[in-house]
Amino acid sequence: MTVRFEGTANYVATEDLMMAVNAAVTLGRPLLVKGEPGTGKTQLAEEIARALDRPLFRWHIKSTTKAQQGLYEYDAVSRLRDSQLGDPKVHDIANYIVKGRLWEAFESEVQPVLLVDEIDKADIEFPNDLLHELDRMEFYVYETRQWVKARHRPIIVITSNNEKELPDAFLRRCFFHYIRFPDPPTMERIVAVHYPDLKKELLAEALTTFFRVREMPGLKKKPSTSELLDWIKLLVAEDIPPEALRADDPKKAIPPLYGALLKNEQDVHLFEQLVFLHRRQGR
Amino acid sequence: MLVPFFFKLRDFGVPVSITEFLALLEALEARVASASAEEFYYLSRACLVKDERHFDRFDRAFAAYFKGAEDLFESVMAKIPEEWLRRMAERTLSEEEKAKIQSLGGWDKLIETLKKRLEEQKERHQGGNKWIGTAGTSPFGAYGYNPEGIRIGQDGSRHRRAVKVWDQREYRNLADNVELGTRNIKIALRKLRKFAREGAPEHLDLDGTIDSTARNAGMLDLKFVPERRNAVKVLLFLDVGGSMDDHVRICEELFSAARSEFKHLEYFYFHNFVYEFLWKDNRRRHVERIPTFEVMRTYGHDYKLIFVGDATMSPYEIVQPGGSVEHWNEEAGAVWMRRLTQTWPNFVWLNPEPVERWEYTPSIQITRELLEDRMFPLTLSGLDEAIKALH
Ligand SMILES: Nc1ncnc2c1ncn2[C@@H]1O[C@H](COP(=O)(O)OP(=O)(O)OP(=O)(O)O)[C@@H](O)[C@H]1O
Ligand SMILES: [Mg+2]
Repeated sequence: MTVRFEGTANYVATEDLMMAVNAAVTLGRPLLVKGEPGTGKTQLAEEIARALDRPLFRWHIKSTTKAQQGLYEYDAVSRLRDSQLGDPKVHDIANYIVKGRLWEAFESEVQPVLLVDEIDKADIEFPNDLLHELDRMEFYVYETRQWVKARHRPIIVITSNNEKELPDAFLRRCFFHYIRFPDPPTMERIVAVHYPDLKKELLAEALTTFFRVREMPGLKKKPSTSELLDWIKLLVAEDIPPEALRADDPKKAIPPLYGALLKNEQDVHLFEQLVFLHRRQGR
Repeated sequence: MLVPFFFKLRDFGVPVSITEFLALLEALEARVASASAEEFYYLSRACLVKDERHFDRFDRAFAAYFKGAEDLFESVMAKIPEEWLRRMAERTLSEEEKAKIQSLGGWDKLIETLKKRLEEQKERHQGGNKWIGTAGTSPFGAYGYNPEGIRIGQDGSRHRRAVKVWDQREYRNLADNVELGTRNIKIALRKLRKFAREGAPEHLDLDGTIDSTARNAGMLDLKFVPERRNAVKVLLFLDVGGSMDDHVRICEELFSAARSEFKHLEYFYFHNFVYEFLWKDNRRRHVERIPTFEVMRTYGHDYKLIFVGDATMSPYEIVQPGGSVEHWNEEAGAVWMRRLTQTWPNFVWLNPEPVERWEYTPSIQITRELLEDRMFPLTLSGLDEAIKALH
């Protein structure tokens, strides 16, 4: 195998992630990536493109996205309007064929990376509707009677937040990786990638506090990597010293700027109450 | 050697298909993984498992299969017992997979292909430096002999671990046979929501209609989409008191979080078993009782009835008049249960007790019989099955 993905200067890849990426790239199959929000699913595709020096095509999926939109759309409304206005363009239907992300990726001069982000947002039929295109890397444009074939089989990264189950037929065609929430050593490396100059003590204290908050029972939304990064940015900006994070009994302390970690109002409330409770019991 | 691994995975309930298995062989041929057990573990997991809830099963199967497997690694290509393979496959493959096998040229062809592929691997393997090495020199071989497990590499923190990855069972709490709790309640909720939406009628899709009317050069072309309103009506009967409290809380949380999704959702409480009274408000159950007959008259046959309870009690409480521990019941619980299931023919019972215990608990057995076996464990997969049974 020629190129191997091993993470980048901006992205920490664990061993199992590298394996999944390299298997998918080598065998030319899509890689499905799942994991808690903020665990770097979207960024992964960007980093693969960067590491392998490939152009990236992003297709962001919404609840209304249809598979067909990734291929092309026939802009019938414009055509109707043009015909009312007597525009001569109207006679060539090709003027109203709008290329989708997949088509663009198929046309790429070099092998591209195609990111299908948040596939679980779409209708349950969406993945099945793409099976043929993903297998054969080609599709037919009925309006203009032309075949579109991929010049190079794209490296396809598909992310999901698990909002819907994906169909078996689709899953069978993919390699799969689940990004586990980073353990403290991995998280340390991730933070270091974003803040290479961060002081060791501050990093250690921040991580301890962060994982403690995450372990609090009953949180609606646990803070993830993105929240941790935001929080550290604030700590640095406000010049908070590591001592301020340290506490004899961490259960009784409210960390500074914790609003960056807990974004849900109920969670903030719960957190304050718990700390308050522990203080009272301690007395 | 890999073929039995495939069946081991299926034994442990990992739904691997032939397609995926061939993908693994292909990846091995392409040398995506090098000569390390850990890499083989990661590669086979990425190829064969498509759902993190199955990671734990995969880990257990992997450990079970490769524990003391030195001989297996040695005799990789020893003959695949064809008859055995055929019988195993007959038992474990889905119709779709069998059809696929036919399309590949039938059994003989498939076995031949597998053998050839394995054979090719074997040759390369004996050349040294391969993913399956000989005992003693490769990590796999060493693994079998060496109780400390895999030799540990030098670079990076990720190698510092002493326990084999698959033995750490890190994905245990993602498995879907753990009981419902705050960890997996979100997924459970999603399942319920889907359930609540089923059978909803269609309504006019305005955007779609405009679009397709335009395509149609202005001729009206109506489009419809399923209405996102919810059709399902549910009666929830919850067992309260004692050991059930925690489970009842989880269920209440679960269903009240999904409340807006159901067209109607009503709660009632009982203690141990159902008799002539139910309670609407758990805290005031000695004051505000509602006759079960009244509940039966109030809610139509189209309601789906879901019991949540451990069904663990003295059998007398079910089969004897006067068997209840709280009051004198004129008629046996079993009689009441039959009435309920006749009134609402769509019913299930969710039981938080571990399934393994069911057959040793007579009252659970009796309840299951009364319920025509529609009792399911209070786990994600149990919830799935229950929802299926309610249709
Ligand atoms: N392994 C990592 N290495 C470096 N940065 C990371 C890593 N994982 C997450 N991050 C950082 O965390 C943030 C969130 O990442 P990203 O948006 O890719 O997550 P996501 O999984 O796509 O989230 P969502 O599910 O919300 O879309 C980014 O700022 C990213 O840089
Ligand atoms: Mg994302």
